[in-house]
Amino acid sequence: MDQVLLARSLFGTTMAFHIIFATIGVGLPLMILIVEVLYQLTGDGDYALMAKRWTRGFAVLLGVAIPSGTIAGVQLSLLWPEFMKVVGKVIALPFQIEIFAFLLEALFMSIYVYAADRLSRGMRILSVVLVAFGAVMSAILITNVHAFEGTPTGFKIVNGELVDIHPWEAFFNPSFAVSATHVTVSAYMTGAFVVASMAAYKMLRRGLPQKEYVFHRKALLCGLIVGGIFSALTGLNGHASAQHLYREQPEKLAAAEGLFETTTYAPLTIGGFTDKKTHEVKYGIEIPWALSFLADNRFDTEVKGLNEWPEEDWPPLFIHTLFNAMVGVGMLLLLMSIVGFAWHRLLKRQTFPRWMIWSFFVSGPLSMLGIEFGWIFSCTGRQPWILYRVMRTSEAATHTGNLGTLFLLFTGVYLMLAVVVVVVLRAYFKRHPLGDDLLTEEDGMHV
Amino acid sequence: MSDELIAVSLLWLFVFIYAMAASIDFGAGFWALMYLYRKENNMTTIANRYLSPSWEVTNVFIVLVVVGMVSFFPGATGTLGTVLLLPFSIGLLLLTVRSAFLVFSHAAEKRYARTLSVISGATGIFLPMLLILVLPITYGDVIGVSGGTEHLLWGALLSSPSTYAYLAFAGLSTLFLSSLLLADYSHVSEDWRAYKVYRKDAIWMAPFAFLAAISVLVTMRGDAPWMYENLSAHKGWILGSGVLYLLGYLALFAPKKAGMPANGRPRLAVVATIFQYLLAATGYGMAHLPYIVYPTVTIESGFTDESTFHALFASYLVGFAILTPGFWLFWRMFMRDKKYLRQK
Ligand code: HDD
Ligand code: HEM
Ligand code: HEM
Repeated sequence: MDQVLLARSLFGTTMAFHIIFATIGVGLPLMILIVEVLYQLTGDGDYALMAKRWTRGFAVLLGVAIPSGTIAGVQLSLLWPEFMKVVGKVIALPFQIEIFAFLLEALFMSIYVYAADRLSRGMRILSVVLVAFGAVMSAILITNVHAFEGTPTGFKIVNGELVDIHPWEAFFNPSFAVSATHVTVSAYMTGAFVVASMAAYKMLRRGLPQKEYVFHRKALLCGLIVGGIFSALTGLNGHASAQHLYREQPEKLAAAEGLFETTTYAPLTIGGFTDKKTHEVKYGIEIPWALSFLADNRFDTEVKGLNEWPEEDWPPLFIHTLFNAMVGVGMLLLLMSIVGFAWHRLLKRQTFPRWMIWSFFVSGPLSMLGIEFGWIFSCTGRQPWILYRVMRTSEAATHTGNLGTLFLLFTGVYLMLAVVVVVVLRAYFKRHPLGDDLLTEEDGMHV
Repeated sequence: MSDELIAVSLLWLFVFIYAMAASIDFGAGFWALMYLYRKENNMTTIANRYLSPSWEVTNVFIVLVVVGMVSFFPGATGTLGTVLLLPFSIGLLLLTVRSAFLVFSHAAEKRYARTLSVISGATGIFLPMLLILVLPITYGDVIGVSGGTEHLLWGALLSSPSTYAYLAFAGLSTLFLSSLLLADYSHVSEDWRAYKVYRKDAIWMAPFAFLAAISVLVTMRGDAPWMYENLSAHKGWILGSGVLYLLGYLALFAPKKAGMPANGRPRLAVVATIFQYLLAATGYGMAHLPYIVYPTVTIESGFTDESTFHALFASYLVGFAILTPGFWLFWRMFMRDKKYLRQK
């Protein structure tokens, strides 16, 4: 493999790994906060117990989120030195401010975990609020850099020199708001479905004591309701993101939809595979006029096709599939949470049929897949640019050798950590079963 | 002061803070491992009580150093990123394994907890040695250029006496600083048995760490004469550092205060030692200027854009002002609260 491809694979693998733990790191604190508040409102000890158990799991996950993020941060400078020169001069602010978000989260996470028993109720809630705030700010600020890569602003290049630099203009680049919102709501959605998924997994066990079933059903409903709300928001905002692509990165939208010829009344193609030779999407379902409407709310909108650009500037065409998969996940999960909620609240059923619980169980992994698809779509769809129409990825990559070995080493460590973290979490919750915790709770030994 | 000088001083301060915090952090992991198999002791518990809440905060500082480097001196990232790719990648892998296993060992079952903490303690001790390689690398002699790109000359690096002086300095300082801090920590916790052990460790490590520091100076003379000359012009800092070393060392032998069951004034020793390293780092840093990487990258040639620097500087002021209460609460909860420190 050539140098650039290796660098891309190494960085992409790091990000694909980090994002799993990072997304839970953003989503789970919100869920913990919600149950902490529910506990204050209802006085129901189950909610306090949920907060306690989720926090234990969260503390373990942070043990992977933080080092993998450190890798991402350092690798960025090691693998893309030319790109980081621009970053350092123009878009250093979000990286810098992000440090404060990390510090905020790290300080209050330790306080919340290791000093919980010495904090007043108010301070405890405040600590969770600050942890959740720090986490979401980390995500928003790093997304700021990602948004800048797609819509670089706030500087000029004259004779290869960066001039006329306005760091705040670069910070508030055109796609910042819409991207940051999409990342935030999709992370909240994923955190909620991960919770729902774990609850569903427990509810699949036969012969579960009534008290435990009720406990898990409460957690499941929390997950479904919050997840449902945020998947609706993700879809709405995703639509805005697509309209942004139409204006800011038209070749990405064209590749996402497999559109080759510039057309008005453009059709939306769902599914299928883009064929580079015949310039069509094979086996897809076409909805006439829909793409034009999605792009700019009018059927006669002209949507640019890939043929407008030289082929070497095309993004890879498989992003059509990634885009469809992401949208599909969003729609499916929205539907699922509506069904689950209606079943319990409108039809007033106390138990769920097994097939329904199974589908709740897959909601967490599905949502995480949505995150992965979305990011790979977004990063790969920007190719061949690392900075859209300013710098090519190949110009930015390091020239140092040994990348192949490093790729294998890092991938090996990620695989090992993924296995160990699952083993540790399973063993931990096996040794601290819910049944025991429920008993201590009855004895009045509140958290 | 020029903007470049302010920036490099801030960056050097971050490096210093990280070096101190990380030495203590990595060393504490090592001591936790050392005393893991000794029966009836509290040494490992003390080390872990310090480590558990603080490693995350320490870790942020390494990110701060990298981000500070890139944002203040983007002109240096080309050279540094290229040359450091391999050593830092290995460092990252070790750091990852260490942090993850450290966290896992608190959650895992007893029999796995040991294996996990052995691995995290052992990987931790290599990290300072790997990270300190940046310093001899910036001497410049071990960077080669071929086909227009720079690369690290491993052979030259591994055959340079400076390299080994720095390795010894990093390893021994780590053990010295962490045993000293843990001595103070167990003193505050009134765990006298642990205090005596850690005090003894500190007393043992201090002269070796000091000798290693001298060997860094001696080897510098041959490997980086430009820097040695500069350093002679800033002798005062180094001499001051030596004086504080003696002061700190003697504080460990101070006669016990009334009511205390053991000798020594560890808090005084910690403060003196931190200032000892601070003075030495200041002299060292001044002697390194104006070069970031000798002789190609200077603080002027690598500097960021003016307006970016001003925005960054403002964000530092606001950021640290907002975070100060957080640090204060953290300190109170984990370094001073008797209820936390003296739990069994
Ligand atoms: C559970 C996750 C999830 C779900 C259900 C969706 N998205 Fe998404 N999407 C993401 C998770 C995500 C993401 C991982 O968070 C991305 C990657 C980059 C970004 O800004 O957000 C993303 C990017 C992204 C982009 C690219 C932005 C860019 O490259 O600048 C578009 C156009 C959409 N999304 C559109 C949608 C639409 C129309 C959805 C309809 C339901 C949708 N997304 C659901
Ligand atoms: C907001 C945070 C992110 C930033 C700033 C970012 C930035 C980058 C940069 C600089 C590159 C290398 C240059 C390039 O190939 O264009 C890259 C590539 C890549 N990133 Fe991202 N990324 C982010 C998030 C993610 C996430 C969460 C994923 C998860 C899957 C991801 C997946 C990838 C992949 C697969 C590549 C290689 C793309 C290719 O070359 O085809 N990125 N990203
Ligand atoms: C959208 C994608 C991303 C999200 C949602 C995200 C979120 C997070 C979260 C929640 C943490 C844990 C924070 C803490 O507890 O301190 C974290 C850690 C970290 N992330 Fe990411 N991250 C993303 C992408 C990236 C990228 C692209 C980089 C690198 C350039 C990065 C660098 C880091 C670093 C350096 C840390 C460790 C901070 C520490 O030492 O505490 N992240 N990230």
